[in-house]
Amino acid sequence: MLERFGFKLVPRKAVPGYFVFLVSFGAIVAAIVVTGFIFWIYGVNPFAAYSTIVERTLLNSRGLSEVVRKSIPLLLAGVGLVLAFRAQFWNIGAEGQILAGAVGASGIALFVPLPPFVAIPAMFVAGFVAGALWGLVPAILKVRLGVNEIITTLMMNYIALYIVRWLINGPWKGDSVVGFSYSDMFHRSIWLPTIGNTRLHWPTLVLGLLLVVLLAVLITRTKLGFEIRMLGESPIAAKYSGVNVLFTTTMLIALSAGAAGLAGVGEVAGIHHRLVEPNSISLGFGYTAIIVAMLARGSPVAAVFTALFLGWVFASGDIMKVALGLPFQITGVINGLVLLFMISSEPLLRFRIARVSLKNPETAESETGTV
Amino acid sequence: MASTPPKHDSNNSLPALLSVKGITKSFPGIKANNSVDFEIRAGEVHSLLGENGAGKTTLINILYGLYQPDEGEIKFKGKKIALRSPKDAIKRGLGLVAQHFHLARRHTVVENIALGLPGTPMFFPTKILRGQLRQLGEHYGLKVDPNARIWQLSPGEQQRVEILKVLIQGAEILILDEPTSVLTPQESDALFGVLRKMTSEGKAVILISHKLDEVMRIADTISVLRKGNLVGCFKSKDTSPAELAKLMIGRTIEPTTRTDIEPSKSSVLELKSVWVQNDRGTNALQNISFRLRRREILGVAGVAGNGQGELTEVLTGLRYPSRGQIIIDGEDSTLRGVRGLFEGGVAHIPEDRNRMGIVPSMSVAENLIMRQYRHKPFAKGPMIDQREVTKFAIESIDHYSIATASKDTPSRQLSGGNVQKIILARELSGNPKLLVASHPTYGLDVAAAALTHELLLSQRARGAGVLLVSEDLDELIKISDRILVLFEGTVMGSVDTQEVDSQTLGAMMAGVSFKDIQGPTTSA
Repeated sequence: MLERFGFKLVPRKAVPGYFVFLVSFGAIVAAIVVTGFIFWIYGVNPFAAYSTIVERTLLNSRGLSEVVRKSIPLLLAGVGLVLAFRAQFWNIGAEGQILAGAVGASGIALFVPLPPFVAIPAMFVAGFVAGALWGLVPAILKVRLGVNEIITTLMMNYIALYIVRWLINGPWKGDSVVGFSYSDMFHRSIWLPTIGNTRLHWPTLVLGLLLVVLLAVLITRTKLGFEIRMLGESPIAAKYSGVNVLFTTTMLIALSAGAAGLAGVGEVAGIHHRLVEPNSISLGFGYTAIIVAMLARGSPVAAVFTALFLGWVFASGDIMKVALGLPFQITGVINGLVLLFMISSEPLLRFRIARVSLKNPETAESETGTV
Repeated sequence: MASTPPKHDSNNSLPALLSVKGITKSFPGIKANNSVDFEIRAGEVHSLLGENGAGKTTLINILYGLYQPDEGEIKFKGKKIALRSPKDAIKRGLGLVAQHFHLARRHTVVENIALGLPGTPMFFPTKILRGQLRQLGEHYGLKVDPNARIWQLSPGEQQRVEILKVLIQGAEILILDEPTSVLTPQESDALFGVLRKMTSEGKAVILISHKLDEVMRIADTISVLRKGNLVGCFKSKDTSPAELAKLMIGRTIEPTTRTDIEPSKSSVLELKSVWVQNDRGTNALQNISFRLRRREILGVAGVAGNGQGELTEVLTGLRYPSRGQIIIDGEDSTLRGVRGLFEGGVAHIPEDRNRMGIVPSMSVAENLIMRQYRHKPFAKGPMIDQREVTKFAIESIDHYSIATASKDTPSRQLSGGNVQKIILARELSGNPKLLVASHPTYGLDVAAAALTHELLLSQRARGAGVLLVSEDLDELIKISDRILVLFEGTVMGSVDTQEVDSQTLGAMMAGVSFKDIQGPTTSA
C-alpha cells in the first residue's frame, strides 16, 4: 500500500529510550492541540484557555497541590497496573479495586474502635486486602478456566459500584445523615493528615512512592519479578521453565489490585472522610490509571511522571468548569485522545519509514489491469 | 537408491526461461542476497543449495514477488520484468510450494484449490475443478481425494494438494521450498518421480534444499549460496557431494563419529504402558513402553505428528499421561511436573527453540538462567544475585563461543545456532541424568549441528541417557545407538542402529511393524 507512494516500513531492531519518550510526548502534545480545537468550537480562545489552566494549576501553590492530590490515586492504581501489564494480564478493573479498598477502609473506620496509630495502618491493610481479593477473582478464573480477564475485571467494577451504593443506602447509611446517601463521618482522629491547609493527604503519597520503589526492585531484581516478566513475554517459555502460573499470577494480581485498593483508602480516609457515592470516591481514576500505566510503558518509575501528567488533566478539568465554563467531561476527551494518539503511534516504535528505491522502472502490464 | 528415475538431459542451447542478474537485497544489518545471478531453463531441475541463512528463501521471495530487490534485474523469456506481488509471479507461470503449507484445514481439497483461483464462479466454485483435478492427479501420479478435508490428510498428501494448486494455476516454473522435510524416504522418491515427469514435459523446477544427497539425486543444475553470495553453479554430473559441502560451508567439517560405548545395564528412563492425550482429547500415544539405558542414545523416528511431540512433553512434565507410569532413575516420576523433573535431572532441548527454549525479548544472560534461577548460586532468598548471573553468562558465552554483542543483548537478535547454544549451555550445566532433545539440529547450519551432535555424544559418554527425537533419518542413524519408530502413537519397533537402513525405517514410519519387514525382505 505504502509502496505505491514510494515508501515502505522497515522494522526497527532496537529502540533507544529517548525515542520512546519523544513519541509518548508527541502523543500528549497532539492530544493537547486537538483539545485546543474543541475549546475553539466551544467559543473559547484555546491560547487563553491554556494560559488560564497553566496559571491556575501549575503557577500557584493551591493549584499545584490539587494536581499532586489527584495524582495520588492515579499513581497507586497506575503502578499496580504497570505490574499487571508486564505479565500481560489486562486488568481493566482498577476502578472496582479502588472501591473495594474504600469499602475495606470504611469498615475498619466505622465499626472497629481502635486507637488512631493502629486504626490508620489497619485501614490501609484492610483496603489493600479488599482490593487484592477483588482482583483475585478474575485472576483465578483466568488461570484455572481460561476466562478472559478483560471482561471479568471490567464486570467486577460494576459489582463493586453497586455494592458501595447498596452499603450507603442500606446497612452502612449514616444515622446522622438525612436525605443523602452516605455513611457516618469517620472519627476526626483517624482522618489522614494533610500538608498545611491543602487536601494533600501525604501518607498515601508516601505509600505510593514507596510502592514505586518496591515494584521497581521486584521487577528487576527478584525471582518473582523474573517469573512475572517471563509470563508476560512468553507464556510458553514460562511454562517450560517451570513457572507456577497460578501462584505467580495470584501474587502479582494481589499486588496490583491491592495497590488500587490503597488508592481507595486514601480517597475515603484523606478526602471524603466517609463512604460516599462510588462516582465521588473515584472520578474514574481506575480507568485513567490504565493510561498512566500505558504511558509508563512497563516502568514503575515512569508511572510517577505519567500519574502527575494525568493528575494535571484532572485538575485542569476543575479549572475548565469553574473559570472557563466548559464541561468537566472534557478531561475524558483529553484522556481518550492521549490514549488514541499513543496507541496509533505504536507502529513508529516498531518500524521506521524508508524510501523505496525504484530501480525497476518497468511496471509491466500488471498496472494496466488487463484480464 | 535404484528407484530414482533417470535424469533428463537438459538442453543448454535453450534460452533461459527466467533469469535474474545482480540481485541484491539487504535487511538491517545483513545482506541477504549479494549480486546473485541465477537462471532456469525449461525441462530442468535447478537446485538452490545452501545452509540456513544463506539467502535461499530471500531469493525465492524475490522471484515470487514477495520482496522487491534493492538492485538487479529479472528477465522472463528474455524480457525485463518487475514482479511486484505474487499475483504478477503467478501470471508469469511461477508457482510456489511453501515449506509450511497454506491450506484451510477444515475445507476440502478441491475447495482449497478453488480458493483464490482466478475465474472461479461465485456459485458451485468447485464443479469444474473436480474433473480437472482427477485428470492432473492421474497424469502426474499425484493421487489425492478431492473431497477429503485437509486435516484428514498426511503432510505428504497436503504437499500434493499444494503442488496440484500451483499446477492448476498454470505454473510452468515450480518452486519447492525444502519439500522433503515432511516426507518419508519413500514419499520423497515418489515426489522426485513427479518432478521428473514435469520436467520431461518442459516445465522447470526450482528445488530449495540443504540436503546434499537428495540434491545430487534429483537436480540437473546446482547453484550454491553462502552468506548471500552465489559461490558456485554446476551441472550435477560435474560435481561431488564433497565439493558442494565445502562450498556450502566455506571449509571442511570433520564428520561427527560415534565411538562405541557399551550402554549401562541399568535404565535411566522406563515407560510402562503410557497413554497420553493431545489437546483435542484423542490418544496421541497409546500403550507406549520402552527403556532407555545410561550411556545410550535412543533415537525416536516418525513422520511429524505421530506422537513425538506428546512424548517429549510427557517426559519433561509439560503434559501428564492419562494412564501408565514413567520411571526415571528408579523413581516414579509420572506426576513430578516441569520443575520437579528438571530439578531431578531431566534436561529438555525443546523443538520450538525460539518460542519455548528462550524468551526472545530477554537478555542472553537471563535466558541462560531461565531454568535454574530458583536455586543457589543465582537465588539469594527472594532476590536474584546479579553478580552470579553475570559470572555464569560470561563463562557460558566463552565456553560455548556464543556469538553475541554482549550478555545483555536480547536473545532474539542471535542466530538460530547461537540460540541453540544458549539452550545447550543452560540445559547441560547441571549434568543431567536424562536429556530429551527434540529436533535439536533442525534449521541449524552444519557447524552448529555438528557441535550439537558432539554435545549429545559427550553427554552419553558422561553417563547420561539421551532421547533424541528427529525427522532427519541420517542424523538418527549417525548418532543413536537404537531407534524407536512411532506411528500413530504406537511403537512400530525399536531397532539397533547397526542393523537398520533408511528404507526399513521409512517402511516402519509408514506403519509397517519391524517384525513384518524382518520376514520376507531382509535388507540387502
